[in-house]
Amino acid sequence: MRIFALKMLFGDSAKFYGILLGLGFATLLISQQSSIFVGLMSRTFGFITDTPQAEIWIADPDQRYLDDNKALRTTAVQRIRGIEGLEWAVPLYKGLIMVQLPDGQRQMSQVIGIDDSSLIAGPSRMLEGTLDDLRRSDAIIVDERACRREFMLKRPPEGGPPRKLRVGDVVELNELRAEVVGICKATQTFQSQPVIYTTYNRAIQFAPPNRRMTSMILAKAAPGEDVDALCARISERTGLSAFPTDAYREKTLQYWIRETGIPINFGTSIILGFVVGVAVAGQMFYNFTLDNLKYFGAMKAMGATTPRLLGMVSMQAATVAVLGFGLGIGITSAFGLTVPGDRLAFRMTWHIPLVAAGAVTLICVASAALGMYRVFRLDPADVFKG
Amino acid sequence: MSAVATDLAIRARAVAKAFGKGDSRVVALHSADFDVPCGEMAMLVGPSGCGKTTLISIIAGLLARDHGELSVLGTDPSALSGDKRTSWRLKTVGFVFQQFNLIPQLSVVENVAVPLVLGGTRMSEAIERSSEMMARVGLKGRERGSPIKLSGGQQQRVAIARALVNSPKILVCDEPTSALDGATGQSVMELIAETCRGPDRAVVIVTHDERIFRFADRIAHMDDGRVDRLTDRDGNPLDGAAPQGGAPMEQHA
Repeated sequence: MRIFALKMLFGDSAKFYGILLGLGFATLLISQQSSIFVGLMSRTFGFITDTPQAEIWIADPDQRYLDDNKALRTTAVQRIRGIEGLEWAVPLYKGLIMVQLPDGQRQMSQVIGIDDSSLIAGPSRMLEGTLDDLRRSDAIIVDERACRREFMLKRPPEGGPPRKLRVGDVVELNELRAEVVGICKATQTFQSQPVIYTTYNRAIQFAPPNRRMTSMILAKAAPGEDVDALCARISERTGLSAFPTDAYREKTLQYWIRETGIPINFGTSIILGFVVGVAVAGQMFYNFTLDNLKYFGAMKAMGATTPRLLGMVSMQAATVAVLGFGLGIGITSAFGLTVPGDRLAFRMTWHIPLVAAGAVTLICVASAALGMYRVFRLDPADVFKG
Repeated sequence: MSAVATDLAIRARAVAKAFGKGDSRVVALHSADFDVPCGEMAMLVGPSGCGKTTLISIIAGLLARDHGELSVLGTDPSALSGDKRTSWRLKTVGFVFQQFNLIPQLSVVENVAVPLVLGGTRMSEAIERSSEMMARVGLKGRERGSPIKLSGGQQQRVAIARALVNSPKILVCDEPTSALDGATGQSVMELIAETCRGPDRAVVIVTHDERIFRFADRIAHMDDGRVDRLTDRDGNPLDGAAPQGGAPMEQHA
């Protein structure tokens, strides 16, 4: 009877496509919004992910998340280096500085100043030039994404059509000369400003003068040293916060989840997707079962057992669930592959299809259960009652 | 089967049935006696609410009687448990419904094949046998079409083919001609008469349509939950009919 169950389903094309679209739309909304949310949240700690050398992140105790810049005194790194159990500790500058392009355009940019000698926390992937080029005077490395967008020269000084900022171009950071020596591919951060890498000492020259210029300190534990214990020791001795990488990533993520309205916005869309699924697909599937109730009744009279009829309804529900989920997740995947990553944060982890599948299953099981209850209660004698 | 030995396909004595409880209790059958010899076509007639549908449902194993005795080809379907009764219906009873109940999403031949597939016949064989049955009811060449594109008479022929495809011993028809015009109704009855009768078979038809009485071997006139009288197709009382009007149900209750 399985083939008949499927023919009954596919044969009612209006309802079948309605259910399919309802489930597909629910899956699309749930998975797409979840993927964008996860993508956005991943960007909040993108710099942490891009700096695998650091095991310990040291910052002001009042800092709430990675980009919450509460600078430390420049002498803080010396105090940290005096604590036993560390292999190294380097200062990091992270701040917004005005950049003037060769054609006169001005653009606020995020400048990351990394340790002058070790160049730890540099960009993970170089497209042009090398990280060592940062040792040259006035050197900066610019993110490729910014070159295509904010750093596109509309009126290049040499004339000709608009072009990207490139190696060899000279720009001004806070009216100080800087030369582009490399192009990198940096993980996009939550903030939308262009990213520029330079050395720490050069960065604090570019930045407006202040007694507190060190954004944070990155450190690595000596071999065999317990990282958690070391963090506790650093906090105790200096009064600063020290976190292992995972804890610091989690602290940053939790800030965005708990302290901003972002999860509520995305959560609303995700719940809306589920409600649409229930209201459209669930309701339509239940109506489909009700429409077929007289045929199920006739089959019951002719000798179909109740489990057999329930099996038919289950098969119909499972079929629309699989097809609807496939349609929705397929569109979401196509969306993720098509939309450029620098335009939209999109990250579909393996959990997301699982959650969407769970939601679709819930919708189908609930509507099928209601339909199955009606089939279960069906009195075969009713077929004679018209 | 013992029923063949006694020449009675259906034997009902003082069959009673009530629905509901307490104040809402409705007695549908008080005490119905009804016999159908093998090879005969019997009709149940009477006003609405007289118990025809309840009696036919009990005979077909769709409802269980509350009281009385029943034998359908030697078996009392009311005494069977749910699954066994369902299985008995599948093997023994063919149904023709007033509203045809053809599944619109299936092709004509697939509709006919439903009882065979329910009985475990492989799909290819079921389709083959159903096609043969369709030829017998004069619908050769319409196998692949949709049932909703057929006329009312053709749809009822499909329903008859479906009812007969697994060779049931008992054919139960509920108002088979009520949705049809006079000529189509006559041709449908001719089809039932020629395909359903046999020494080991019986047909029971519930009808209000006096135009088809001429096909009946016996007509049971029902009123108020009882078989009031038994006549032949011309209205003459039948000799040797089963004793009518057993003990009222209230006495059993």
